[in-house]
Amino acid sequence: MRYEAPESVEGAVALLGGGGPRGRVLAGGTDLLVQLRAGVVAPELVVDIKRIAETREIREADGMLVIGAAVSGAELGEHPVAKALWPGVVESAELIGSTQIQGRASLAGNLCNASPAADTVPALVAAAATCKIAGPDGVRRIPVEDVCTGPGQLSLGDGEFVVAFEFPKRPLRSADAYLRFIPRTEMDIAVVGAGVNLTFDDGGRCVAARVALGAVAPTVILVEEAGEALVGTTCDAAALQEMAAAASAACRPIDDKRGTVEYRTEVAGVLATRAAGIAAQRAKGSQ
Amino acid sequence: MAANSHGKTNGSTRWVGTRPVRPDGVDKVTGRARFGADVHLPNMLVGKVLRSPHAHARIRSIDTSAALALPGVKTVVTRDDFNDLPSEFVPAGEMLVNYRDVVRNVMAREKALFEGHPVAAVAAVSEKVAREALALIKVDYEVLPHVLDVVEAMAPDAPLLHEDMITAGVDPAPTTPSNVAKVVEFKIGDVEAGFAEADIVIEREFSTQPVHQGYIEPHSCIANYSEDGQAELWCTTQGHFVVRGHCAKLLGMDVSKLRVTASEIGGGFGGKTVVYLEPVALMLSRKSGQPVKMTMTREEVFQASGPAAGTRVWAKVGMTNEGRITAGEAVLKYQAGAFQGSPVQPGCMCAFAPYDLAHVKVVGYDVVVNRPKVAAYRAPGAPQSEFAVESIIDELAKRIGMDPVELRLKNAAKEGTKAAYGPTFGPVGLVETLEEAKAHDHYRAPLKPGQGRGVASGFWFNIGGETCATLNLGEDGTIALVAGTPDIGGSRASLCLQAAETLGVDVERIRPLIGDTSTLGYTFLTGGSRTAFASGMAVVEAARDMIRQLCERAAKIWDIPAEAVEWIDGEARPAGSNAGEFEPLSLADLARLAGKSGGPFVGRAQINAQGAGPSFGTHIVDVDVDRETGRVTIERYTVIQDAGKAVHPSYVEGQLQGGAVQGIGWALNEEYIYDDKGRLQNPGFLDYRIPVCSDVPMIDTVIVEVPNPTHPYGVRGVGETPIVPPMAAIANAVDSALGLRFTDLPMSPPRVLKALGDARVPEAA
Repeated sequence: MRYEAPESVEGAVALLGGGGPRGRVLAGGTDLLVQLRAGVVAPELVVDIKRIAETREIREADGMLVIGAAVSGAELGEHPVAKALWPGVVESAELIGSTQIQGRASLAGNLCNASPAADTVPALVAAAATCKIAGPDGVRRIPVEDVCTGPGQLSLGDGEFVVAFEFPKRPLRSADAYLRFIPRTEMDIAVVGAGVNLTFDDGGRCVAARVALGAVAPTVILVEEAGEALVGTTCDAAALQEMAAAASAACRPIDDKRGTVEYRTEVAGVLATRAAGIAAQRAKGSQ
Repeated sequence: MAANSHGKTNGSTRWVGTRPVRPDGVDKVTGRARFGADVHLPNMLVGKVLRSPHAHARIRSIDTSAALALPGVKTVVTRDDFNDLPSEFVPAGEMLVNYRDVVRNVMAREKALFEGHPVAAVAAVSEKVAREALALIKVDYEVLPHVLDVVEAMAPDAPLLHEDMITAGVDPAPTTPSNVAKVVEFKIGDVEAGFAEADIVIEREFSTQPVHQGYIEPHSCIANYSEDGQAELWCTTQGHFVVRGHCAKLLGMDVSKLRVTASEIGGGFGGKTVVYLEPVALMLSRKSGQPVKMTMTREEVFQASGPAAGTRVWAKVGMTNEGRITAGEAVLKYQAGAFQGSPVQPGCMCAFAPYDLAHVKVVGYDVVVNRPKVAAYRAPGAPQSEFAVESIIDELAKRIGMDPVELRLKNAAKEGTKAAYGPTFGPVGLVETLEEAKAHDHYRAPLKPGQGRGVASGFWFNIGGETCATLNLGEDGTIALVAGTPDIGGSRASLCLQAAETLGVDVERIRPLIGDTSTLGYTFLTGGSRTAFASGMAVVEAARDMIRQLCERAAKIWDIPAEAVEWIDGEARPAGSNAGEFEPLSLADLARLAGKSGGPFVGRAQINAQGAGPSFGTHIVDVDVDRETGRVTIERYTVIQDAGKAVHPSYVEGQLQGGAVQGIGWALNEEYIYDDKGRLQNPGFLDYRIPVCSDVPMIDTVIVEVPNPTHPYGVRGVGETPIVPPMAAIANAVDSALGLRFTDLPMSPPRVLKALGDARVPEAA
């Protein structure tokens, strides 16, 4: 196995798309190294992107946040601007693994591991974050929800990798939240995850809502009907109930060792409701 | 304060009951301590096991030629390398093992009986080569129907694991084989008459899932077999003498030719009382002529070691309207795993032990299924049967509106109670734990809306057994303490304290060591909560032996009769008419003079410890239930238990807390998930959910001390009882919170949510 740690985006693209063996991208390595050790994958080339400065930066320009692909959960959790603008995204990243894992685990790694249960993905989708992707044909940008196409499946082409996540400008009276259900309190994988991002007008009426769910379908899903159930309301009990029903209705989960279809479907609505409550509280606090 | 010349206490103690830093603590927190996988030898090979992918299959043939031909592979071992052994039962912890089965569990012979059953093993120059070699071994399997559930395994048409198994304990003996290895029965009085006296009778059926001991350190060993037929073995185990016996038997060796050293142990909980890798590593080393190291992966630990028995228990309890329990009856069906020997017998013994009952009948079935052979796990067999009984006791209390602690007090076993399994209890502390529970702040603290409180008691009998210990006095007056029971719960600290107390010397002057099998006489394993008790008795005995020698030496130096010397506060003093005639000789003085006055001092003891005092405990737990997700949260937990005498209270408290936490995992989340082919789906800590620290509150503890009269300081074993009450205590608390009685474990979120939904349906209709 060949290990490379290029210091530029172009260098990484050249390695990944160089016509040689298909490489695997290493950011924090908290999934890749485990899979290597378990013999699940045996790549001939591993490209470590952590030495590319852009992947390690958190930048804010004109109210818009950019988070590098390889920024760790611990770094994100200590970034005051990231926490203030996107508390839901930050809390989703901080839920992953142990303190040790937090020192390594990254948003891009969590996304590109392509697990339907990835914690940060529903939060990123709810946030309407965009992936900046570098490849042989240059840079392109796609919504986060378009990156994974199925369990373990990505829409990225040969030589492409995620460089950073770009977030829209945060309006006034707007906030996000992420909740997951696990049988334990930590060190576990989501049975259901729910990310909600809400924006209110000065009259307390919801003007924009995005609800995304994890672990209830082959990929993280953006449930537009759930968001629509909240828009135009004050997120009162009736609206939340309608939103929860829409969230549960969108679930297409499987029965597995982590949960049943019935359980995941019901709890998806519960978590979406609770996450919406937290997002609404935060939005009101942010005005 | 002082010990008299026999080393007996006058009630108060100077060292026993204190909390010094444990002697093994620094090495453990600095990473210096050597655990099972930390030993390395020159020219060492790596051994790996090929395991059956099938839950049940006949092994038609095994072809190892391609593996042997792979460069770097030194040898391969299969069933052909082990001699078959006849049926012979020997003790292993509180359970028995049969050598006929041990040899088959270590390496499958006629059939693979569970997924993960070893079929062959390879020794190679590296783990990578060993893994490649495993893939080259061709095994021709005839896959057979399998059975995992205990009730299904008892059905007449169930697939048979052992075609020659005739149920023992039934008269007349059955003429056809079955998966029921044994039926046992314990009886006192006449249960029919007892139920006739009852105003209320409740009977229910319960189920518990197999649960793994969950030790963090996987099984690991290194074997070094020399050309002259002698061998050394280092392994992580609760009993290296037992490992020596098993391995010598399986390899046809004299026990004197096998020296086994127990490493530091990263948790055992009963699961490291049997052999898995050790005989295989020895065989690979014998065949290859090189040291062989083997370490299980976590997946292998789950597939092929432990667990505790999954069970189906039916129980019935009768009571008068005044709260007097008139009779108890139970039928216990325990999974043994692939080979007979579930802990159904101790399950039967413990089921009703907390109560003073005239009429009890318990019948137990030991049933084989296509799962790994069960191993001891903390009070093996008791948590399952007492879960059933303690749940019904709670229901009875609620039925008549009596406080559950009061109901237990009214019926509690005490000194003089004749237990259904035979013995009449000496002094025991159940009543004391119940009184402490009643008086505890926790029991009276108000609950928040939606929360529920539960109580349950538990019992474990504890054991003694064969035990040796040595005290070697150094020339500067410090002492090396050698014990033969691996330290799994702070026992080195407690043994040093008992030696210091008896000798009257500072505990810091005693350094403990777990000796290998050649340094001491046969010593039974650490299990049955026997170590602080039995090795403690041996250490006290060895200390008294040394005191006798020291007094004799002082007498010789002073030229007075030995009887005229007494040992007080760590020094020899002239007594009687000679009192004050000579300056006392301290331990250090005598040590310094040893060479000139007659030679070194070694205190020895070899005992068969009898009179292990049973330990009772009572637990109080508050739970909160999330009605929308089914999650049960443990809000507050208090363990109250009789320790006889807490030698090192911190480690007694640790045992009480650890047992409670393992019980919480058993109650709420732990279970084995199999697919329809009998393959384990969650062989790892990610999806086999033992609690993490943040899942549990700080577990409060209260140590009750009702001394065990047979131990010099009153010690009772404490390690096992604390895992007995949690399942019922939590189920009783959940019932208090929701009005829903859970009889099937675990009370995992999906099950709780489903039960809540089912309970709502009639209201909606």
